[in-house]
Amino acid sequence: MTSVGTIFQREINSYFLSPIAYVVIAVFTIFSGYFFSIMLGITQETTLRYSFAYTQFILSILTPVITMRLLAEENKTGTIEPLMTAPITDFEVVFGKFLSAWALYNIMIAPTAFYIIFLAWVGSPDYGAIIASYIGLILMGGLFISIGLLVSAITKNQIVAAVIGIVALLILLVIGLASSGSEGWFYDGLRYIGTYDHWDTFTKGIVDTRDVVYYVSFTALLIFIVVRIVESRRWR
Amino acid sequence: MIKVDHLAKRYANVYAVDDISFEVNQGEILGLLGPNGAGKTTTMRILTCYMPATSGTVTVEGYDVFRDSVQVRRQIGYLPENVPLYPEMRVKEYLSFRAKLKKVPYRERKKKIDESIEKCRIIDVQNQIIGTLSKGYRQRVGLADTLVHDPKILILDEPTIGLDPNQIRQVRQLIKELGEKHTILLSTHILPEVEMLCGRVIIINKGKIVAMDTPSNLAIQLRAGNNITLEIRGNGEKIKNAFSEVQGVKKVIWQGNGAINHYTLEAEKGVDVREDVFSSVVKNGGIIREMKQASITLEEIFHQITTQEQEVTL
Repeated sequence: MTSVGTIFQREINSYFLSPIAYVVIAVFTIFSGYFFSIMLGITQETTLRYSFAYTQFILSILTPVITMRLLAEENKTGTIEPLMTAPITDFEVVFGKFLSAWALYNIMIAPTAFYIIFLAWVGSPDYGAIIASYIGLILMGGLFISIGLLVSAITKNQIVAAVIGIVALLILLVIGLASSGSEGWFYDGLRYIGTYDHWDTFTKGIVDTRDVVYYVSFTALLIFIVVRIVESRRWR
Repeated sequence: MIKVDHLAKRYANVYAVDDISFEVNQGEILGLLGPNGAGKTTTMRILTCYMPATSGTVTVEGYDVFRDSVQVRRQIGYLPENVPLYPEMRVKEYLSFRAKLKKVPYRERKKKIDESIEKCRIIDVQNQIIGTLSKGYRQRVGLADTLVHDPKILILDEPTIGLDPNQIRQVRQLIKELGEKHTILLSTHILPEVEMLCGRVIIINKGKIVAMDTPSNLAIQLRAGNNITLEIRGNGEKIKNAFSEVQGVKKVIWQGNGAINHYTLEAEKGVDVREDVFSSVVKNGGIIREMKQASITLEEIFHQITTQEQEVTL
């Protein structure tokens, strides 16, 4: 498992050596700050709930940018070959890359902590709901990154990886959002598959096991599939 | 060290490697020679556990490449074709990353990295960003990476491709030095390289082994017609006719130039006609200014072997 750490370290360094990390952090901070101030002005409530509802949309666009290069670039430049001929398993490579992107994601959302300080200054926010929101945000990040990683594994082109990733995440958001008013097993199913409902529960301040299971198991399944895709060069 | 047994690899319906068997012995430099697309890279990728074989087995130091893949990878330093590296990293940083991946113990890591930097003569660029290096330096960084865990076996895929003549010479010199401590399997389609570096050559074409021997033995085996070239002062016509009567001479080509005549004789396989040629010239009043037996270069052998089949079918 020490190899996971080695891969993690290289990927994190690589993020901060390229403009990607700075760009996503800057863009996220600008937009989340904008939504925060707008929603605070409209609702006059000391909560992150309303602004975080919009945050999911920004994250759907920014997370694939974080993950796009992870495997696509290795496939394109051929560095996958020395990597995979080192004494390391495919899982260690995939998991190390996953963790590094997840870490960058968490660094990206960290500046939102400032909003809590601001809310505490102007009023008295519900800290329980805020903590629940952050648990949800971090779990949702894991899922988004595993989707981005999957897309990055199947292409050699980073731009293609980013675009398909964004489309996939938006579909996942929209199917839940669009069916939120409807009844019946079909819409219930869509709501369960979509990320919106699960995320909504967290922002209300509820940490429900069902939602935690949804995120964790979905993420684990996708990582498993990515490992299989990376392995597939062996039997392709 | 490496034992390849009836190895085959099929892509869709094409056999890239078709039933090849060979061994790499301890301490030797073995050259895999073949035209582009002959199956050299595929063979090497199977040996380094990058992809599995369709059938056949490969063992490295007794470990099977499929079942004990991680063990095999520890024994091998692999330099892929075109040397893929991470352009954003610095040389030393990259080597340290690779050393960690290859599980070089923490205590030895710094020493091993410095050693491989020194061996590959990249001390002056060790803190540079890889993306800014020339092709020659990148090649040497790749070689330093293959050495960093001190493997017994080095597998180098086209190590001199795309370099300028000076860089080629430096890299060859480096490989020669490394050959003193490591067993090396290298692939190339450049013939003088094999003649210069390798103790043994395997020539592969279309996924099959067509010849396997030392470079000089291959030359002897394949000396289909021994050619002798002569420069003689004397009566051109008369000497030409005399040559046709010498036993073993198949063909005479005569280029007259006044008093000085040039001849090319083709002798039968395995027959040495030089002494008979000498006496027949003397008998006819000629003076030999030069007599040379043209030795076949690997280049010609390679050309013969890889084109023979086509010429028959055409």
